[in-house]
Amino acid sequence: MSGHADPGLPFWRKYIFSTDHKVIGVQYAVTGLLFLLFGFGLATLIRWQLAYPGQPLPLIGGWFAESQMLGGIMLPEFYYQLGAMHGTIMVFLGVVPLAVGGFGNFVLPLQIGAPDMAFPKLNLMSYWLYFIGGVIMFASFFVPGGAAQSGWTSYPPLSVIASDGQTWWLIGMAFLINSSLLGSVNFIVTIVQLRADGLSFGRLPFFVWAQFVTAFLLLLAFPPLEAAAVLQLMDRLAHTSFFMPSGLVINDAVVNISGGGNAVLWQHLFWFLAHPEVYVLVLPAMGIVAEVIACNTRKPLYSYKGLVLSAVFIGFMSFIVWAHHMFLTNMGTVMSTFFQVTTMIISIPSVVILTVLVLSLWGGAIRFNTPMLFAIAFLPMFGMGGLTGLPLGLAASDIHLHDTYYVIGHFHYVVAPGTIFALFAGIYHWFPKVTGRRMSETLGKIHFVPSFILMNCIFFPMLMQGLAGVLRRMYDPLQYAHAQAAQPLNVFASAAAWLLALAQIPFILNFFGSLFWGRKTGENPWEATTLEWAAPSPPPHGNFLEAPHVYRGPYEYSPPQAKSGFWPQHVKDPR
Amino acid sequence: MSESASSIRYINRPHPVTGVTNAKLGIWCFLASEVMLFGALFSTYLLLRTGSASWPHGPATLNVPLATLNTLVLIFSSVTMVMSWASLATGNFRKYRLYLGLTALMGCVFLVVKGFEYGHKFEHHHFPAASTFYAIYFTLTGLHGLHVIGGIAVNLYFLFRGRVLWQRDPERLTNRIECAGLYWHFVDLVWIFLFPILYLL
Repeated sequence: MSGHADPGLPFWRKYIFSTDHKVIGVQYAVTGLLFLLFGFGLATLIRWQLAYPGQPLPLIGGWFAESQMLGGIMLPEFYYQLGAMHGTIMVFLGVVPLAVGGFGNFVLPLQIGAPDMAFPKLNLMSYWLYFIGGVIMFASFFVPGGAAQSGWTSYPPLSVIASDGQTWWLIGMAFLINSSLLGSVNFIVTIVQLRADGLSFGRLPFFVWAQFVTAFLLLLAFPPLEAAAVLQLMDRLAHTSFFMPSGLVINDAVVNISGGGNAVLWQHLFWFLAHPEVYVLVLPAMGIVAEVIACNTRKPLYSYKGLVLSAVFIGFMSFIVWAHHMFLTNMGTVMSTFFQVTTMIISIPSVVILTVLVLSLWGGAIRFNTPMLFAIAFLPMFGMGGLTGLPLGLAASDIHLHDTYYVIGHFHYVVAPGTIFALFAGIYHWFPKVTGRRMSETLGKIHFVPSFILMNCIFFPMLMQGLAGVLRRMYDPLQYAHAQAAQPLNVFASAAAWLLALAQIPFILNFFGSLFWGRKTGENPWEATTLEWAAPSPPPHGNFLEAPHVYRGPYEYSPPQAKSGFWPQHVKDPR
Repeated sequence: MSESASSIRYINRPHPVTGVTNAKLGIWCFLASEVMLFGALFSTYLLLRTGSASWPHGPATLNVPLATLNTLVLIFSSVTMVMSWASLATGNFRKYRLYLGLTALMGCVFLVVKGFEYGHKFEHHHFPAASTFYAIYFTLTGLHGLHVIGGIAVNLYFLFRGRVLWQRDPERLTNRIECAGLYWHFVDLVWIFLFPILYLL
């Protein structure tokens, strides 16, 4: 850590309001990890209500306010706050800041041989907007009526008539949107303008390509949600009727508004962001997995071009699939058919990427270290997440599965054992670059094995519950008779979730312990070929001792010319 | 600026392949996202209008002469914005200040006229909550007004504190004014779309 920032600056300019991309990357990553932990904590509370509805929460039940838990028994309002904020925090404050803000900021300029991002001050502002947005989201738990409780999707009219927490949610989102807007501009300009000499687009590591496509998604898909947030704020504060239909009746009384609005309009604007957002969650993860797999199989990726073209194609297609979240909004069969066709099309490049990564394992001399274990686990887990999505993308089967636990199981398979495992792989892989020390392999494996098993114990039962017709967002899981048969699965999944929390302890110990006691490493502990490993560990301010020149593609592992078994991008003659 | 290993390249000099500086590419990306922001709001307008049984006729409800005046004010401000950049590019600092000051002034004139329009609507109790027409009218013009305020703030910065860059690095100030100009033209362009769809159709 000590090496990152400009040494001539005072402490607060070096580590708090730093403009150095490495410090900002670490700030993003640490904040993102804390929010991931917090969001996971909310999920463990949800799991209590689902496993033991109406029973007082043991040990910590008394810590909550009476508006949240009465005598340790969770109230419905608090349950819905937990659900909405778990989703919001995991997606917007946890995974994206860690994947894009953390890894993107730290690794990307290093991988393209740049001294910093193109706009360091904008980068600083981007982090602090994110931080303020996070504080607003966190603080919303303490306003009267509690945090937002209309789901992370905030569908009107419910969200418009909800308590003040929803206003905080919208304002927090506005900060997060502007943060990622500034970030994405910075990423695009950095990649286009600041690549090292000789580093053509065809020689970029796949991680950089993934971040490049992601930046375009953030740049172009987030503004419609900002527009939607402005409109919902107008509905809430100025009592307009953008999303409020005429003749709306609440509590047996016609609401006194002008009406004439359209609740489905929100869904269109929201999903226009939120579907590309899925690829914002997944593409950087695929980038990390590709890096880790290439490095640890000691052979080039099976098809670099296939990966890159698929990622770019996913980027384009992700803008025209959004309404597959809305098959039940009566938008008509023509529209449904269009969106189900585009959805089937977008699954092809995802399958290509997954296939390329699986085939890259073939014939490799695989090193089964901790980052590689997480990266390999990503493949079947993301595969399950993707395949379970197909029935949701077809209008006919979606009618039965919509709003059931099947949906929850599907996207958690994509994001939790998928993306988050990839992020863990990235942390174990790049930790030596960030700190100059390795993380413990033993603790890493103790972290990996139970996490892998328990993730499946949580999310596979959800698929089964969904097929049995159990609805999501139900405060009382026993409300409907048909759900009672599936209740033992809830108890099982909840136990697995709490054990999963315990399984993260080795990671936390490893993370902090390795900062001080980890084995010291040189600049290239994994014998990798990409440019970030040409800089010292940790890299100093300005990153490279001399500006690197690139001579070849990113994954020259085990070339016949090089006796060392790898041929780094910046090394002219084989060694 | 020397281009050692630790300095960021293409701040002043255009990239040989892309032909633009970092800031110019950045501002174009930013404007692309702004297109999506206003695009979403225009789509909202279309959807609400096509979905409603009746929609007020623009000229019958809004003040077209004042809006026409405002359109001319903004077009004029775009011309002065270009002139201020051209003055810098030809090294005429005095004229730069004159034209940039005029641009900021025109922005303020636009806001004052808009303020009169708003005030007139409020007098007749035409608040955003009155109907979806007024809701989208106030949202679109209000958000556009915020963009005008942002543009004025940028212009005032370059008129006073930001102009000291002229002594140190004239090329960089010229590039910055060009980017500020791109933004200003974009804000004008949004109005060029707002004016017909709200006032005339």
